[in-house]
Amino acid sequence: MSTTLPRPGDAAPAPVSTPAVVPPEPPRRRRPGLAIVFWVVIGITLIPIVTMVLYSFNNAPTSRITFHWNGFTTYWYRNLTQVSGLTHAFVVSLEIAVLASVISVALGTPMAMALARYRFLGGPVLSSIIFVDIAAPSIVVGAASLSFFLSINLATGFLTILLVHVAFDVAYVVVVVRARLSGMGRDLEDAAGDLGANPLVTFTRVTLPLLVPGLLAAGLLAFAMSIDDYVITSFVAGPTVTFPLFVYGAAKVGLPPQVLCFGTLIFVVGLLILLANGMLNRRMVTRPMTPDQLVAADPATASVT
Amino acid sequence: MTATIPAASTPAPPVPAPPGRRLDMKRRSIPYWLSLAGAAWLIVLFLIPLISGLIVSLMTGNPETGYTLTWNWGVYARIFTGAGSQYGTFLVRSLWYGAASTVLTIVVGYPLAYFIAFRVRERWKSPLLMLVLLSFLVSFVIRTDMWAFFLAPQGPVLSALHDLGIVSKGFRILGTPSAVIGGDTYNTLAYMVLPIYVALERIDGRILEAADDLYANRRQVFFRTVLPLSRAGIFAGVLLVFITNVGDPVNAALLGGSGTYVFGQAIQDAYLTNQQYNVAAALSTVLMVVLGVIMFVYARTAGTENIEDLV
Repeated sequence: MSTTLPRPGDAAPAPVSTPAVVPPEPPRRRRPGLAIVFWVVIGITLIPIVTMVLYSFNNAPTSRITFHWNGFTTYWYRNLTQVSGLTHAFVVSLEIAVLASVISVALGTPMAMALARYRFLGGPVLSSIIFVDIAAPSIVVGAASLSFFLSINLATGFLTILLVHVAFDVAYVVVVVRARLSGMGRDLEDAAGDLGANPLVTFTRVTLPLLVPGLLAAGLLAFAMSIDDYVITSFVAGPTVTFPLFVYGAAKVGLPPQVLCFGTLIFVVGLLILLANGMLNRRMVTRPMTPDQLVAADPATASVT
Repeated sequence: MTATIPAASTPAPPVPAPPGRRLDMKRRSIPYWLSLAGAAWLIVLFLIPLISGLIVSLMTGNPETGYTLTWNWGVYARIFTGAGSQYGTFLVRSLWYGAASTVLTIVVGYPLAYFIAFRVRERWKSPLLMLVLLSFLVSFVIRTDMWAFFLAPQGPVLSALHDLGIVSKGFRILGTPSAVIGGDTYNTLAYMVLPIYVALERIDGRILEAADDLYANRRQVFFRTVLPLSRAGIFAGVLLVFITNVGDPVNAALLGGSGTYVFGQAIQDAYLTNQQYNVAAALSTVLMVVLGVIMFVYARTAGTENIEDLV
């Protein structure tokens, strides 16, 4: 904890790797109050995570989670696929999330290019639609989508879940990729053009390689949004059961411990990705993210649904 | 704010097109081709459904015989004035939970954002932000249900409070409005912290030095410079948190009880349990319009130049 508090001598960090244009540091004062508030709040937000991980190892006598601690066991992990329906729901969620993120990146990237690099009729309207797509409450989007599928007599199920997930994922992809494109500037593309590259070559040899981290971030965000969505999916799922739908249904009667195991596994994978990303960032640039990069990388701009 | 984000609001002028009218036409059509597929998807699967929600609300019928469009606007009056209809109560309750949790996320989230922006070294900022976001790595339904588990009558909190004699045997946390508002706040805290942090990071340190030099005390520096300069961040956060929590049915379902039934649950139940498609679609349309009006008025009074910059 003390490591994060600024020490008196820190006002001017060693300028070894810092570029010359860093804005002056705001004045700092040593008051522990804020630090205490920060760590207390973070501590509270960790309670559900700790509870989940802990109780995925509880040797519960029944196949429902219970509060009494009966000792440590890995039984539920060894019998992860025992609960009928749960594994299938998880696989369905994975399939939808993979497909939805691939399709939304494929659709969203060119759209982000258009919005970031060209001024065209309908561009502002398109931006507004994307904004409304992100801001609209899930319950309205879900209900409206079901209304639509009922009107056109399309039976709800795997396909309709996928269609709707792409529809909300694509907005996040556009926001992330567009921020990345704006942050990149167009100097290198212009240089490629000056050196005689045609637009297609410029795109495949210059823009695309620079864009890869942005596309990865966008894809991961879309994947996360899709695999975690309950509200919208509850409307358009029909007989199909996804992981969040299964958990929600089971929550009413008590969760099987395997749900916590799956939750813990998702958490660990997500954490590893975050850490790997953090380490890569640190290696590539010693500076922290700029606000624009942060907006781009930020899963929360995301979690708006 | 527009100056710092080179987003769509101020795109660089296109590179001069090579001479020749045909090439020019070709070049001009590029953005349309690029956005064609994505725009079509958004129009067919997002925009048209929003409108079809309105149309379904004007149908009459029942689940057995099907629904036909009769332009029955009466459904909107019936929702709120029909005998025994409680949808008005549910709507007001949802708005109240949304407002309360929004205020709480500001009160709790602002110090967090401020701490990360101004009180820690550069290299610690990203890790601490990740810490704020850590909850998002746990599935939304699971993390909400873990609170229900943790706060249950036999759970550690209530057992401890009871053993210490602080609360009586019948005391409950779950099922109360506080539990739902708390769950809403917990689940959307990061939506408030991040935009405020971004706004605080953009503040030029020299402005704060200037305030110091002009003999502003600590309180004045905060209330006269920092807070006004972070207004855009608060605005974005309010937008995200309020909209999310007013519509959310999950926190009320998992943490609440019969006395905390909210509008989102009413929409879900009307659609999925009772199959009153027209009523459900009307409720959803009402929610969209109410939120739209509130947000429009808020945007006008809180005044932000360009909402899209904040996303």
